[in-house]
Amino acid sequence: MIRVQAEDFDPGVEMARFSGNGAIGGVCMFLGLVRDFMGDGTQVGGMTLEHYPGMTEKQLAAIEAEARRRWPLEDVLVIHRYGRLNPGERIVLVATASAHREAAFQSCHFLIDWLKTRAPFWKIEHTAQGDCWVEAKETDDQAAARWE
Amino acid sequence: MKVLYFAWLRAKAGLGEEEVAPPAGVADVAALVDWLKTRSAGLADAFADMTLIRVAVNQDYVGLDHPVCPGDEIAFFPPVTGG
Repeated sequence: MIRVQAEDFDPGVEMARFSGNGAIGGVCMFLGLVRDFMGDGTQVGGMTLEHYPGMTEKQLAAIEAEARRRWPLEDVLVIHRYGRLNPGERIVLVATASAHREAAFQSCHFLIDWLKTRAPFWKIEHTAQGDCWVEAKETDDQAAARWE
Repeated sequence: MKVLYFAWLRAKAGLGEEEVAPPAGVADVAALVDWLKTRSAGLADAFADMTLIRVAVNQDYVGLDHPVCPGDEIAFFPPVTGG
């Protein structure tokens, strides 16, 4: 399931939804938070996430479908927020459930790596020096390329 | 066709979306970009370096040689930074 929303979410509530399915032996979750510093150490007062409504959901659904094609998954949940977010706030949750842990771990890692390079979100960071669009990182491209 | 701009491209273009009717010879993304650049200084600046820009037609990633047709939704944006 894909959810793109401005509102916060409760990771405990989301994880509890995976209980009660006897086919699931393991659930792996990645939770992304807003840092309070940039790569060069500059303090960040928050960020605003912009996205492309429609394409975001389409690309996330395609990434979920690819994960389900590669691993035997019982369930997938991706939640991504947009709008103004303060340091420490939750941005993204990826959770995968499978009969065995290896598929859950690997597919969760795959989903966050591909999401970062394919889902049309853009971050602008707010600092005391002004606003700054975050640039895509080569390390993220390399992380995604591992799964090609 | 509808053209959308996101992130710093929107700021440079000075608008988030526009409905355009390019001349008949504009058949692919590259030709559309060349035509859009003639429409304003902001768009010429936004499209100055196409290596910094990603393109989607009807919400799928495409290359500059992808055809464009009336009714298409064409989006231009920088490399994505979600997650």
